[in-house]
Amino acid sequence: MTPAPSSSEALRAPLVVEFPFTRSLGPVQSDFLTGLRERTVLGVRTTDGRVLVPPVEYDPVTAAELRDLVEVAPTGTVTTWAWNPSPSRGQPLDTPFAWVLVRLDGADTALLHALDAPGPEAVRTGMRVRIRWAERRTGAITDIACFTPDGDAAAPAAGPAPHSGEFTEPVRGIVAPARLDYTYAPGRAQTRFLAALAGRRTVGERCPSCRKVYVPPRGACPTCGVATAEQVEVGPHGTVTTFCIVNIKAKNLDIEVPYVYAHIALDGAGLALHGRIAGIPYDQVRMGLRVTPVWTEDGRYPDHYRPTGEPDADYDTYKELL
Amino acid sequence: MREVAIVAFAQSDHRPDTSDVSEVEMLMPVLRRVLDDVGLTAGEIGFTCSGSSDYLAGRAFSFTMALDGVGAWPPISESHVEMDGAWALHEAWTKLLTGEADTALVYSYGKSSPGDLREVLTRQLDPYYLAPLWPDSVSLAALQAQALIDAGETDERALAGVAHRSRTAAEANPHAQLSGSAAPGPLLDTPYLVRPLRRHDCPPIGDGAAAVVLAAGDTARGLCPRPAWIRGIDHRVEPHALGVRELTRSPSTRLAAERAGAFDAPVDTAELHAPFTSQEVLLRRELRLGADVRVNPSGGALAANPMMAAGLIRLGEAAAAIHRGGSDRALAHATSGPCLQQNLVAVLEGEPS
Ligand SMILES: [Zn+2]
Repeated sequence: MTPAPSSSEALRAPLVVEFPFTRSLGPVQSDFLTGLRERTVLGVRTTDGRVLVPPVEYDPVTAAELRDLVEVAPTGTVTTWAWNPSPSRGQPLDTPFAWVLVRLDGADTALLHALDAPGPEAVRTGMRVRIRWAERRTGAITDIACFTPDGDAAAPAAGPAPHSGEFTEPVRGIVAPARLDYTYAPGRAQTRFLAALAGRRTVGERCPSCRKVYVPPRGACPTCGVATAEQVEVGPHGTVTTFCIVNIKAKNLDIEVPYVYAHIALDGAGLALHGRIAGIPYDQVRMGLRVTPVWTEDGRYPDHYRPTGEPDADYDTYKELL
Repeated sequence: MREVAIVAFAQSDHRPDTSDVSEVEMLMPVLRRVLDDVGLTAGEIGFTCSGSSDYLAGRAFSFTMALDGVGAWPPISESHVEMDGAWALHEAWTKLLTGEADTALVYSYGKSSPGDLREVLTRQLDPYYLAPLWPDSVSLAALQAQALIDAGETDERALAGVAHRSRTAAEANPHAQLSGSAAPGPLLDTPYLVRPLRRHDCPPIGDGAAAVVLAAGDTARGLCPRPAWIRGIDHRVEPHALGVRELTRSPSTRLAAERAGAFDAPVDTAELHAPFTSQEVLLRRELRLGADVRVNPSGGALAANPMMAAGLIRLGEAAAAIHRGGSDRALAHATSGPCLQQNLVAVLEGEPS
């Protein structure tokens, strides 16, 4: 049994999760976001006559479908605020700003956005603000670049005006990119596994209760619900328990098709791992074939497995590992 | 209706960084302790329900790895909520009420350390109107705090008082991530994090896990000398648009408390899931907690706020107070989302000894 590495040796690696969410819009959202592109702010009137900005498709109280659009002013009043001294990636401004909830003139609810102000002393609840439009507008909430202070200007006397919501080339969807940065740490068991693999040894972990050896180990026996801790070197030889023939070339993978991908039970392991089989014509690979890993010079895991030339394993020796 | 009780509770030590262990490695000692406490093995549990979030780990279906820790193969009766474990407990309570199981294991865990939590939490917001602006969790809480200050419901000194009281109480909590505090006066000399909130108004960011065992009727009496009977439990949600809500009120908390029977008789203890000091002010009023109620003797979420577990821990702490005879009737509250978006209230009681 190898001593467990101390926590300072635990592996970690950057992990970036990034994808664009493509989202379709309901009719009210479509009109609202298209309106922003045209520098027009639309609200929706609820069953009880309130005007919601930003508008929603359904009444928050009665759940009734809402379609009665009105145009509200690009000016409004701050209902609450918070001073953000260190803006982070993606936020509307890259200099310190106030988050504000703004009730636009003609609206009964408030919209969240940023207020471009010189400092927190220039911000207060009740102050008047005005929309600063983004120069390039696409039909998104970010078409409002931010709000700016609007001095002592009074709210317009006129109420919200009915609006058809009709624009040319309405926006029907948005693409919302999202990126989150993580530091992935695999924990004790997988760190031990990866450390051994760097020395071209495959090390599993044995369940103290049912004695099964898990490869790769994840730290717990899923049958007994107990921690695995005893390390057991397995392989290097193993047995193909089952396989498939791959006929589709994967993107960014320099392997000629067809090739064989197999489940391989390494000698001493309690479950099969998977890997590619090479060094034998694809149509000669079979269940029970004995194989051994082939490492490339700088590979951190076996590149593939090749036949050892040993007689095939008897079905009874691996049937529990299928 | 069947009687259901919390019969055991365990939690990890909450730490700012647990990169030395995987999620299941962090969770397993907690599962072991809670099961040992009632002398059950994982295989003897009737139903298992967990709470966690893939966005914390940055990996899809990350909870399936944690399932290894409960011995889920061959398949057990199991469920998962992508929420705080308090909601997993609600599901398990429902399952026990149906009579399909007599015991349930509920666990939840969260590691905030792999990512930037304030950024990660923006992804739970409205994807059309809010998420594209990346408003972080502290800023949203600050908007609510300012609204409470503007309404005269609190001030920065009172908020510092909440921080001081909570972290002083946490000195008696060996699992707390943050304990001990300067007096409210000196706290006010520290800079703002997001005005009007200072660092002491905000929960520590960290990793942790918690688990409870639920049992019905005589099974509960057999497993625990003084079960914490769930007399009522309910959860309610606010409209999701922040600007539609009256941020100085929490009608969802009030309604959940009414439905859980919180106002039928006074409670002696309350464990409130108020990650920000200002939220405790709001919750005290909505829950009509008088000055004689012990609020967050554990230190609450200001002492340790492991995402997805801090709500379940409120239920566990309230139950543990009843188990040890420190409370006869306790209220537990859990929250989820920005500015107390969704709220769960449970009322727990011990039988007279
Ligand atoms: Zn086992």
